[in-house]
Amino acid sequence: MSLLHLAIVAPLILSIFIPIFNRIFRRIHTGWFVLPLPILLFVYFLTFLPETMSGKLVSKMINWIPSLGINFTAKVDGLGLLFSLLITGIGALVVLYSIYYLAKNKEMLNNFYVYLLLFMGAMLGVVLSDNLIVMYAFWELTSFSSFLLIGYWYERDKSRYGAQKSMLITVFGGLAMLGGIILLYIMTGTFSFTEIMSQANEIFNHTLFVPALLCILLGAFTKSAQFPFYIWLPDAMEAPTPVSAYLHSATMVKAGIYLVARFTPVFGEHFLWLWLVAGVGVLTMIWGSVFAVKQTDLKAILAFSTVSQLGLIMSLLGVGAAALHYEFLDENIYTVAVTAAIFHLINHATFKGSLFMAAGIVDHETGTRDIRKLGGLMHFMPITFTISIIGAFSMAGLPPFNGFLSKEMFFTAMVHVTEMDIFNLETLGILFPVLAWIASIFTFIYSMILVFQTFTGKYKPEKLDKKPHEAPMGLLISPIILVSLVIIFGFFPNLLSDSLISPAMASILPSLLGAGEEFKVHISFWHGPTIELFMTLGVIILGLVLYKTHARWKKIYKGIPEKLALNRFYDFLLEGLQSASYKVTNTYMNGSIRSYLVYIFAFLIVILAATLFGKNAFTVSTSNVSSIGVYEVALAILVVLGSICILFAKSRMTSIILLGAVGYTVSLFYVLFRAPDLALTQLVIETISVALFLVCFYHLPKLRKFETRMRFKLMNALISVGVGAIVTLIALSAHSSKLFDSISRYYVENTYTEAAGKNMVNVILVDFRGFDTLFEITVLAIASLGIFGMIKLRLNRRNEG
Amino acid sequence: MEIVMAFVIGILFMTATYLMLSKSLLRIIVGTGLLSHGAHLLILTMGGLKRGAAPILGGNAESYTDPLPQALILTAIVISFGVTAFFLVLAYRAYQELGTDNVEEMRGTQKDD
Repeated sequence: MSLLHLAIVAPLILSIFIPIFNRIFRRIHTGWFVLPLPILLFVYFLTFLPETMSGKLVSKMINWIPSLGINFTAKVDGLGLLFSLLITGIGALVVLYSIYYLAKNKEMLNNFYVYLLLFMGAMLGVVLSDNLIVMYAFWELTSFSSFLLIGYWYERDKSRYGAQKSMLITVFGGLAMLGGIILLYIMTGTFSFTEIMSQANEIFNHTLFVPALLCILLGAFTKSAQFPFYIWLPDAMEAPTPVSAYLHSATMVKAGIYLVARFTPVFGEHFLWLWLVAGVGVLTMIWGSVFAVKQTDLKAILAFSTVSQLGLIMSLLGVGAAALHYEFLDENIYTVAVTAAIFHLINHATFKGSLFMAAGIVDHETGTRDIRKLGGLMHFMPITFTISIIGAFSMAGLPPFNGFLSKEMFFTAMVHVTEMDIFNLETLGILFPVLAWIASIFTFIYSMILVFQTFTGKYKPEKLDKKPHEAPMGLLISPIILVSLVIIFGFFPNLLSDSLISPAMASILPSLLGAGEEFKVHISFWHGPTIELFMTLGVIILGLVLYKTHARWKKIYKGIPEKLALNRFYDFLLEGLQSASYKVTNTYMNGSIRSYLVYIFAFLIVILAATLFGKNAFTVSTSNVSSIGVYEVALAILVVLGSICILFAKSRMTSIILLGAVGYTVSLFYVLFRAPDLALTQLVIETISVALFLVCFYHLPKLRKFETRMRFKLMNALISVGVGAIVTLIALSAHSSKLFDSISRYYVENTYTEAAGKNMVNVILVDFRGFDTLFEITVLAIASLGIFGMIKLRLNRRNEG
Repeated sequence: MEIVMAFVIGILFMTATYLMLSKSLLRIIVGTGLLSHGAHLLILTMGGLKRGAAPILGGNAESYTDPLPQALILTAIVISFGVTAFFLVLAYRAYQELGTDNVEEMRGTQKDD
């Protein structure tokens, strides 16, 4: 196990100790014990920067299930490192923020930090695993921890609803992704991503290529809340705000983007990939931004905004895949899309993280997040206001913040789409810049609503539960750090370009690079009077006009049903599934023992007959049979007669006596078949059994036959004959085909030398297989305890009656 | 002899199944008893019958019957006795508490949950 593996599982290990810290150090906020870990990990991952910048990979492997090709290979490349830094960096800030956000005495800090650490470890595992099965396991773990965190306030109905929804949708996608991984395995014979990538060209024309592509994309789209699966993200806002900032805007929802980026070298050249990723991305972007304007809850605006921004990044990755169709590096205009995607990924984490934290502060200090109740908070919370305005302006794409730069590059990429001459993009491609531009206008509008509805306008103290005041310094540190980054990245974007963006691009588009080459990324403010600049100007002017008038045209949204059609569909599906499965289960699980036995016996007949004849196992050979003696025939006739007579026995006495008779006959069989121990045991047991029957018999009612209907009788007879026939066939085949020699020779030879006993059966029981006998005695002990309990136990009903 | 035993075992299983499918508790218990007899004989037959002397050393026999199935059956006999005893007491108590030995009448309804 290397240090790298340790770094991945460190959060998981720490989570074990959190309850202990919480119990022992009651007076210290548990968050302080968590905080050092993400900081340490962040610093640790920074040390990988020189490696990835020089284009090297760090790869460490430990064997896990080598026989299945599943090994825990941790690999740090540009893309993985970028995400690791995001996860640990934002993680540290979120933990710091949560220390002041969640009160020590009121909240279940125990649970919170265990879940949060669980998530952090899982997410690191997703982005640093090279083996796809290991990646999948971590992927599902992020879904589970997200479920637990959304349901953190589990006493609220909405929390549970949101948690369940996110779980169902993301796990559904996760399973689809697993399907995709298995399809890839079928095509390539390996689970290692590096090896799959090296075979990308060979599998391109495989029939399973497109299904695998679709399955992987399904996983990415559900996780990254793309249309139409985005519906879980707004409901996930029931989680505490630090969680929303961390999981549902900065990291977990970007796992889908990670997946798409990761698989671009494998699937990127297929036209479906380009169309689906770019198309769904743009659609999600415009859908999310249009609905964000309608929201009145601060966090709901941010949720829809996140959906929209994720769509933006997704579409950029889709367009960036086009670069693979132009086999040259210099002046390949589509690589700019990938640059923009990565740059915006970082920017989004900074500005959206700060906005979520600011929204959390407003909620914390005023008691509401409803923008209809808020207003005029600027004077009470100047610092929060500043944070929000920087974050929102960056989100809207205004200079001089980092959002402006990535938005410009986004426009550049979208305009380039129209110049493509592949996959019908020369005609339909015009849709991309148009939709992107409209979505950007709405982005501008909701960014303005977010800030100015909250902080300017009329102060409405009568609608607030608390008197607002500025938040304590502890709550402000994290968002201040994030908005500082917004400004720093805005002014000095090239801080990132060589260190993070270029290595990450090398992971996404490796085929464009020759040996020793790297992507030259240079981000600049001023490109001259280009079409992008005019698009931005158009967004600002039109956005301002629409923002000023939005009170008037917002009524249009009323035309749309209150509950979004997609949500209604989800609820309908869920209820339908529940009631349908309830009905189906009730029809066969009807509470009757007889039905269950019928299922068991019918299954027995079918499965055994199918195996017996399907594998051609049925044989009868009369060669190796022993002689038939007179006594044996007599005993056989006795057993058969006895057992058949039981069927027709009218009284309980008769049937018990007949059962005893069959039992004694069987013990005589043992005598004839050279099994003296069995004969003795059977004799004793049979005697006790009959005695026991007779004792109970006194208390039991008269034997009645309840079966009167012919249909039941016939069914029972049919099944019994079937069971008898199949057992006969198996007995015949088992006798006739001996596939290997008996292992008994060992016992015959060693009974005396090893165990110094002469009775082989006894020696086997008490010596060779002593533990079996021990457990046999245990079974008897449990049975006797059960009997004792049942006789002593008197149900309450009886006492009352 | 093995062929004959195969049919005897089949008939034991058949009657046992028929009894177990009935609604009277007592018949179900009797059925399980018959089923275990059938199973024991099945194991014994699978190992081959009368292939030598009883598996006890010292008689200077040339070959011995397979001891392994016998060891298995010995365990099974004791266990099936335990189960039968448990079952009997369960039936007795169920009858006392519920006033019926018809398993169909013992069915819980949804309201009981």
